[in-house]
Amino acid sequence: MTEDAILALGSIVTAGLTMAIGAVGAALGESRIGAAGMDALARQPDEAGSITRNQFVALAMVESTAIFCLVIALVLLFANPFVAGR
Amino acid sequence: MKPDIFQDQVLLWLGPIPVTITMLTSAVVSLLLIGVGALLARSLERRPVSGAASLARLAYGFIHDLVEQAVGRASPALEVFAGSLFSFIAAAAVFGQLPGVSAPTANLAATSALAILVFLAVPIAGIRARGVTQYLKHYLRPNPLLLPLHVISEASRTLALALRLFGNMMSGHLVVALIVALAGLFVPVPLMALDLLIGFLQAYIFTVLASVYIGAAIRVGEGD
Repeated sequence: MTEDAILALGSIVTAGLTMAIGAVGAALGESRIGAAGMDALARQPDEAGSITRNQFVALAMVESTAIFCLVIALVLLFANPFVAGR
Repeated sequence: MKPDIFQDQVLLWLGPIPVTITMLTSAVVSLLLIGVGALLARSLERRPVSGAASLARLAYGFIHDLVEQAVGRASPALEVFAGSLFSFIAAAAVFGQLPGVSAPTANLAATSALAILVFLAVPIAGIRARGVTQYLKHYLRPNPLLLPLHVISEASRTLALALRLFGNMMSGHLVVALIVALAGLFVPVPLMALDLLIGFLQAYIFTVLASVYIGAAIRVGEGD
């Protein structure tokens, strides 16, 4: 294999791994937020608006770690500085 | 296939300055927002009991409550800033759903510009509220050894603001494009609805985080 082919192979495999491993943490964290939100809703249904709003904010904050992984994966695939001529 | 994710198409050159698609779309969104805002303000003066006036009051009350919760007191200057951020990002998300246009916030340069605005607004608000020495002193608190950590946290949260908004808006657009290419014309409609919801959510989060950061700078040294 040429050097370019090795670099491309490594980038593609790493991009897949980045998304796969990066999504695990966000999924675990979001499931905990969802469970805690349901728990709070069951305890205090009157505060549904405020609970839902704060839950969405927390979800989006946790989601952003997975989004960072997505950005890294896309950099590896489409804007890789080490793969020549792309 | 090679999508334009990190690049931006240059439309024309004004001397040495390139005018890109993102610059054009963000200018269009800003002009539309100014027009809508002027209309709402005029209806508030002319017909105080119309639907448009109620909409204007609801929108203002939303931003007012958000800033008051984040800062702990009313702050008119921050309301203007936070309201502009929220309306621009939300309007950009709606604008991005039109066929053939991508949201200006799906570009890393545009979101970086928004994040840098927040980064600059933090010391400005802190110095206006507390004075230069009092504000700069908070970097040395609780211990001068923590100065590098203060600096790193300010830089990293700016980076996170920019990347979070960019990643969310761009990934929604990319997913819709992929589904259109794979499945067909009307299949990605639910995903576009989700994209719109995420756009509004990100506008809310960006505004809340900016208000919290600026509110923390305004309240420097109050607690102790």
